Amino acid sequence: MDHRDDDDCERMTPSRRAVLGAAGALFAWSFVPKTAYAAPGARDPRFLIVVLRGALDGLSAVPPIGDPAYEGLREGIGLAKDGPDAALPLDGFFYLHPAMPNLARLYRGGQAAIVHAAATGYRERSHFDGQDVLESGQAGPGQTASGWLNRLLASLPAGEGIARKGVLGVGVVPPLVVRGEAPVLGWAPPRMARAGVDLTMRLSDLYGQRDPGLSVALQQAIETEALAQRRGMNGKMGGGGPDSADGMRRIAEGAASLVGADDGPRIAALAFEGWDTHANEGGAKGRLANLLGGLDGALATFEQGLSSVWKDTVVMVVTEFGRTAAVNGTTGTDHGTGTVAFLVGGAVRGGRVIADWPGLRAEQLYENRDLRPTTDIRSVAKGVVADLFGLSGPVLAEKVFPGTGELKPMQGVVG
Amino acid sequence: MATPGDMRAGSVGLQRFGLGFALGQSDAIRAEARDRMLAEIAAGPPAQPAGVAYSGAAEIGRALYAFEDKVKLERETKRPAAAQPSMQLANAMPADGKATASAPQNQMAETPKPAPNEPELPFRTYRDEVKARVDLALTADTGLSERLTMFWSNHFCIGATKSNICRIMAGAYEREAIRPHVFGRFEDMLIAAESHPAMLDFLDNRLSIGPNSSAGRRRGRGLNENLAREILELHTLGVSGGYTQADVTNLARIITGWTVVGREAVLGFPGSFAFNAGLHEPGVTPLLGRRYDQPGRAQGVAALIDLARHPSTARFIATKLVRYFVADDPPAKLVDLLSATFRDSGGDLPAVYRALIASDEAWKAPATKLRSPQEFMLAAYRATGIQPNFGQILGPLGAMGQPFWQPSGPNGYADTNAVWASAEGIKTRIDVAAGWGRQAANAAPDPRRLTDDILGPLLSPETRQAVARAESKPQAIALMLMSPEFQRR
Repeated sequence: MDHRDDDDCERMTPSRRAVLGAAGALFAWSFVPKTAYAAPGARDPRFLIVVLRGALDGLSAVPPIGDPAYEGLREGIGLAKDGPDAALPLDGFFYLHPAMPNLARLYRGGQAAIVHAAATGYRERSHFDGQDVLESGQAGPGQTASGWLNRLLASLPAGEGIARKGVLGVGVVPPLVVRGEAPVLGWAPPRMARAGVDLTMRLSDLYGQRDPGLSVALQQAIETEALAQRRGMNGKMGGGGPDSADGMRRIAEGAASLVGADDGPRIAALAFEGWDTHANEGGAKGRLANLLGGLDGALATFEQGLSSVWKDTVVMVVTEFGRTAAVNGTTGTDHGTGTVAFLVGGAVRGGRVIADWPGLRAEQLYENRDLRPTTDIRSVAKGVVADLFGLSGPVLAEKVFPGTGELKPMQGVVG
Repeated sequence: MATPGDMRAGSVGLQRFGLGFALGQSDAIRAEARDRMLAEIAAGPPAQPAGVAYSGAAEIGRALYAFEDKVKLERETKRPAAAQPSMQLANAMPADGKATASAPQNQMAETPKPAPNEPELPFRTYRDEVKARVDLALTADTGLSERLTMFWSNHFCIGATKSNICRIMAGAYEREAIRPHVFGRFEDMLIAAESHPAMLDFLDNRLSIGPNSSAGRRRGRGLNENLAREILELHTLGVSGGYTQADVTNLARIITGWTVVGREAVLGFPGSFAFNAGLHEPGVTPLLGRRYDQPGRAQGVAALIDLARHPSTARFIATKLVRYFVADDPPAKLVDLLSATFRDSGGDLPAVYRALIASDEAWKAPATKLRSPQEFMLAAYRATGIQPNFGQILGPLGAMGQPFWQPSGPNGYADTNAVWASAEGIKTRIDVAAGWGRQAANAAPDPRRLTDDILGPLLSPETRQAVARAESKPQAIALMLMSPEFQRR
């Protein structure tokens, strides 16, 4: 109801107005009064992407206990539908890991959907190439000049609020998915006392004269810092890293605070680490359970921190690929293919598991070892951003995920 | 007599290939940079850090097991009724290594501690190893040997947060597997790295079992292919070097039995490398079109030697070296030169370095790369003369995202501007530099003179003016450290 940034045009500097004006008809539509976009009831969307680095075991996060082959594949780490540490019921076939009660609650409330047997088009098993494909949005590895969220931002109408507010990349090293030409704001949980404003301004001056690259980066840091201060974010230092429950919560808290601001970025990306569970993965308790508990806590933190805009929010949780269907020799799992993705938020049409289930019998597995992917994660991403930001199929197929015209945006993900 | 051009090239080169000009060094080093580096290559293995508590992995293993037994005993004494899980100690430190969090939560209150504020043994050992290796880098001449050590340590990285073994052995790993071979042959370093207990623990091979080995048949257990995949993808051929999933699985079979001696000391000193024939997959195994029929450990050694000599490996290493030293987008001519030198010399690393340092192209490329956080910190301490304690090493490096031996994955730390020149990354560097300015202000010379000395021919009029106009000495030093001339190389 309150879309107070309908004065974008007014706030534009004369030079910016002139540039846009000079571009003429091409940009004319960006001067349509904002109310035409943000009609009463229209949304001012928020989109956060969480990358789980290391390849999440989708068969443990969302165990298909209803599949008769599941139990036999998962000796030592399998989950059960009853007993003391029972998995949480979803639809009678799929269950949720017991370390994720918040996700289960959101699912029951229709605010979380789970996509299973999902993967990008990448079929080798290198983490780093897998993450490159997932985040660059390119068809194959090796093209890492920019990430698909950054190109998405660059494809939005230039005068429009979302594009101008930039994309937030959380971490000292921001995820590849946000890197590129469009402005990238940076934030990380603070670990050092902040330098004085005066030093920062002097360096801003020096970089302006000598080093355009450093100048741009510093400018974006200054803007984010100002926003963080307006949001009253405390500068409390310390805490765990992005592979600990505490670290995940702190990262989620900061991202939610910045993205929830009226004048903050609408899009953010963050990364949680430690999902490469080759050995001693654990079942209802243990290593993976601790990580999933951390992720679950982060999802609850998003819900809380973004409560005022939650109805227009989608949090998408993705990973580079899945893990072997069978347990390996060290009570863990090796690199695989199909896995899960989570969609969480008030804007999600949730309460369902979206899966064209391929089955877990040996002959149903991909290369006799991995969950066969039947849904392309990029179709899901396309569906989400098409609905949230109104991007067209051709833009998505050419700019955001180049060369993916054959991958249709998944329909009806966002409600 | 060196021309101004030579002096400038030498100044860039000291930052590009070394650790930068150090306070108190003579200006001559700028003119002699290339000659000194070539002499360093000829002189052989880099120095070893001094003053560490344990000579190597075997000695550390014994101490670690004793430590773990003690912690276990204390826990059992405290909670006799509680069911004891199998001995799987939580890593003694959290990922970010805050030294204050080191005491186990379940420590008995009445158990006397050797020193109340001392961290536990694994972290204490890590701390001493980090300090020793930094001290060495701060006193290095050009710093080329140290930069090469950093390169290889990162190429064959382990991650200290994985386990107690990795934490306590991280320094010993660099001393035992990397340093002795930095000026040797690639295949020797490869074998030393893949058979070091820290690597076998980091990438899980110590637990990998050949399905048809005696242990595999008895227990119905099997392979863990983690190390085998990363050997192919990250250590030798590179991800597009021409291998398949079948090669990954076969290499995993070949190196089954490469493991770490347990506390029972059945196969040697606890914590040292052992080949355990009872875990080894028997028989002939193919890899990349060759058959490996050697018995026992020799099968893995033969496979690693062939991987080291593979043309894809030469290309992969050459590309990484040029990217690390010269440019994010490595000039093809230079990569070709290094790759050919690597191949033709059978992986003789000094020959490869000589080709790099002797190449004018490597010296004349524009200074575009941002120093990595580790380089930045070492260069800043060399420039200001600060003698850092451990907190002054781990604090800044943790904040900037590059603490020693703790990359988030087995691919190590990245070394491109896309990663380090982020908004938050630059902001954090400024925070760190502000702290260094305050720490250095009392002891350091007048900042104007310091800036002249350290940046020499690289100093721009704009930076000179910014330093001269600073509101205080600490701010002036911070400005020098954050100037583009100091940041880029």
